[in-house]
Amino acid sequence: MRRAALSALLSHWRRQPMQLFTLLAGLALATALWSAVQAINAEARRSYDAAAGTLGLGAYETLSDPAGRMPLATFADLRRAGWPVSPVLEGRLVVTDQRLRILGIEPISAPVASLPAGLGAESGLTPAELFLPPGLGFAAPETVAVLKDTPGLPRLMADPSLPPGQLVTDIAVADRLLEADGGIDRLLLLPGAPAGLPTEIAPALRRAAPQDQGDLARLTDSFHLNLTAFGLLSFAVGLFIVHGTIGLAFEQRRPIFRTLRALGLPLGVLLSLLLAELLLLALVAGLVGIALGYLIAGALLPDVAATLRGLYGASLPGTLAFDPAWALSGLGIALAGALVAAAHGLDKIRRMPLLAAAQPRAWSTVSARALRRQAAAGAALLLAGAAAPLIADGLLAGFALLGGLLLGSALVLPFLLSAALSLGASRARGPQAQWFWADTRQQLPGLSLALMALLLALATNIGVSTMVSSFRLTFTGWLDQRLVSQLYVTAPSEAEAARLRDWLQGRAEFLPIWKVDLPLHDAPGELFGISDSPVYRSHWPLLDAAPDAWDMLFASEGVLANEQLARRNGLSPGDPVTLGPGWVLPLAGIYSDYGNPNGQAMIALPLMLQYHPEVPRLRHGLLTDDVPGLTAALHDEFGLPRANLINNETLKATSLQIFDRTFTVTAALNVLTLSVAGFAILTALLTLSTMRLPQLAPLWALGLTRRRLARLEILRSLALAALTFAVALPVGLALAWCLLAVVNVEAFGWRLPMFLFPRQWLLLFVLALLAALVASILPVRRLARTEPSQFLKVFADER
Amino acid sequence: MLVQARDLHKTYKTGDGVLPVLAGVSLTLDPGQTLALTGESGSGKSTLLHLLAALDAPDSGSIHLAQTEVTALDDAGRAAIRRERIGLVFQQFNLIPSLDLAANLAFQARLAGRHDPDWCAALAERLGLTPLLDRFPEQLSGGQQQRVAIGRALAPRPDLLLADEPTGNLDEATADTVLDMILELVAETGAGLLMVTHSTRIAARLSRRLHLSQGRIA
Repeated sequence: MRRAALSALLSHWRRQPMQLFTLLAGLALATALWSAVQAINAEARRSYDAAAGTLGLGAYETLSDPAGRMPLATFADLRRAGWPVSPVLEGRLVVTDQRLRILGIEPISAPVASLPAGLGAESGLTPAELFLPPGLGFAAPETVAVLKDTPGLPRLMADPSLPPGQLVTDIAVADRLLEADGGIDRLLLLPGAPAGLPTEIAPALRRAAPQDQGDLARLTDSFHLNLTAFGLLSFAVGLFIVHGTIGLAFEQRRPIFRTLRALGLPLGVLLSLLLAELLLLALVAGLVGIALGYLIAGALLPDVAATLRGLYGASLPGTLAFDPAWALSGLGIALAGALVAAAHGLDKIRRMPLLAAAQPRAWSTVSARALRRQAAAGAALLLAGAAAPLIADGLLAGFALLGGLLLGSALVLPFLLSAALSLGASRARGPQAQWFWADTRQQLPGLSLALMALLLALATNIGVSTMVSSFRLTFTGWLDQRLVSQLYVTAPSEAEAARLRDWLQGRAEFLPIWKVDLPLHDAPGELFGISDSPVYRSHWPLLDAAPDAWDMLFASEGVLANEQLARRNGLSPGDPVTLGPGWVLPLAGIYSDYGNPNGQAMIALPLMLQYHPEVPRLRHGLLTDDVPGLTAALHDEFGLPRANLINNETLKATSLQIFDRTFTVTAALNVLTLSVAGFAILTALLTLSTMRLPQLAPLWALGLTRRRLARLEILRSLALAALTFAVALPVGLALAWCLLAVVNVEAFGWRLPMFLFPRQWLLLFVLALLAALVASILPVRRLARTEPSQFLKVFADER
Repeated sequence: MLVQARDLHKTYKTGDGVLPVLAGVSLTLDPGQTLALTGESGSGKSTLLHLLAALDAPDSGSIHLAQTEVTALDDAGRAAIRRERIGLVFQQFNLIPSLDLAANLAFQARLAGRHDPDWCAALAERLGLTPLLDRFPEQLSGGQQQRVAIGRALAPRPDLLLADEPTGNLDEATADTVLDMILELVAETGAGLLMVTHSTRIAARLSRRLHLSQGRIA
């Protein structure tokens, strides 16, 4: 019985291969985008774990000095006192245009489990190789490939367990590379360490729990949440296709269902067969989707890696590893998505009376009442989304706002379109126009899912591109102002730096760019000391400030904080900012600092030197009208390598290049989502075209040519796409506002002004029309080429 | 002469080969004349009606409607003939579901550029549709829908009314009422009428009758 029934059910797909294709393609596309995002996230997390796993960063408590690096003597004192500690020196270095994170360890005292794999007993390395010049360094294979034979670096060995962009070496080698002058950043507390602090030996040290070190994962969480939201959105757009196709297949098979049941097939068996058929299709589509997703993720990963490097300084490999976890999650979501999309249809079959009319009904016929109900649900979602940030804080509230806005608008769309089409019909003059508007309104239920998908894609495009373009405009303006010096020079050593300053006297004004890394309000931060130059007052934009902010700063009576530090700690001008133990200054002003994940503060240079006399004094900004002349003179005098002497035009160009690369992945996801929406329209139009013949045949019989009917069909697609765009525009702008004012603030710690870009809207409008046109070409061509005999069949079938 | 069809041949290709449907049919129809076309299922009645309606083209033979040779026209020309000079009534009514009755009634006349609101109002009145003009087809009974289809076909004052089993879906009493209306209005407008029917009772009420058998006039 089951076999016979299943063969009857499956025979539908043999007769409707295009429908089978759209169902599988829709689900595969949806799964592909979701899987791609999951694959990228999994790869990134693997990298973070590898980074955190080095030296057991995530596993050990640490001791560090809030004021900066501690002297090596502290380590020796603690060891002599019986504290089981191991020193770590950490810093960044730019080598052959590659940012390198240097981790210096002391192999004798470091925990064995956290040593690079290449240092194991079976490696055959001798202590001499490790400690004697040029020393030995361990890095990821791809990093070794880039840095091999670079002068100044230790001999490099590949260690696949390390994340890219990181070099682990002996602390003495690291000290030389980072010019740390014997300083160490922290001490790992090994098992058996006493509780509390070594107050008698080193009273300034602070103890940090292991989880405090997971900064990278915490910082990048918001980025991955953004990416996941995009993946989910693409999946939702794909599900619209699946829902439409499954709904149609169920409607078209109503006569088969009734006959099967009339012939004695129990309802439960029918439902279970349909469910099995659905799961089988979802499995096939899911597997295709995962394969596609892997390809998409592989193509996007280099740009995602650039984004993470640009925004957070996190290193990711450029290649993708296959991880069964995301593949299974892709398969799971394909099955779940298919079930969600089919739930309504299955429920209808469950409730369908045995003697229900066997004729297939119009696809998704929706009454005006149902349309109003759907619009009311959409309005409720919009309100709920708007209320989310009022009720809760954080990124999740921001995403609830976005979700409510997008889903709510999508649900309201058919109602708005119906109203617009009614208005068109009431103003139509000729009979063709009258029929066109009325008929378009009648087609709306069949097309509404695809149009909702288009709305989501368009609104996301408008929202995200407005956000990115606003960001770029702000960033460019900010760079123009912030890069106050015409030349930036980094001396190779303190002695050279001192000679540089002497040499510059009378040649160019210089601004020291001296900073120390220290915790600011319990998070990683950096403190800059700046000299009293009028260029700061005229070029350094402040978002919020006390009236005499600059005077306070240069009188050592105030501190400037970046937006991230101020927002995270709810600081306003006048509030106290803690810069170290017992060192508190009032906040004089807040400045924007795009692209920096960490808190940052600025104080007057003399104050900085008073508290941190050890600050490296290597970097300087030079104010000059003769950039080429000064550059040449500096080269001649100091023989500086190119990387140590950068003019602000190069810096600006590099920054914008990094910025643009950062958002390449966003643009790619935008295009993919729009393509999926275009595909949704195509499937809906193809589906409808199979039912259009009986509707169009009378018109043809009444004297409208096939060509004319085909033109009207194209016009209908264009009109609906244009109307959908009209709704998507305000939704997209609202989305941009949410991203700029809510999500960005939560995710990155900065708020950006919103700018409008009508040219982009025009381009997107043309793209939307193009998508609708392309999607309508196939069904319209089919219509234009329909033989009169096909139209006649409509009338002949009457008997 | 309103219609002159000469030696019409028509075949259809099927999976089993070529199926001859019409094999040399000729007929004439004068203005104001009513002609019943009867025959068994598959005898070619509907095919002949489709050829006369310029919905399809014969393999050979010619059709003249008034002075126009329909068989010499291209797709657009045939569409214009259908729009302006022929009224069609189908068994399944084939109204446009998205338009209300008033719009359906005037639709073809407006397409043809021959819309006469007074004539449409008179037709609606004669057909008993006036109180229903703001309704949609799905809200009407079969008899009411067929009356709208008749009104739509006659609204442009066509030269020829072609009806394919117009009462086939209606009960006997309603069928009689609908037929009365068709005959009355055809007489009033002076159009020629060719009606395909299975019913000898209905055929008997028309002025002429032709019987088709195996693609030929019997």
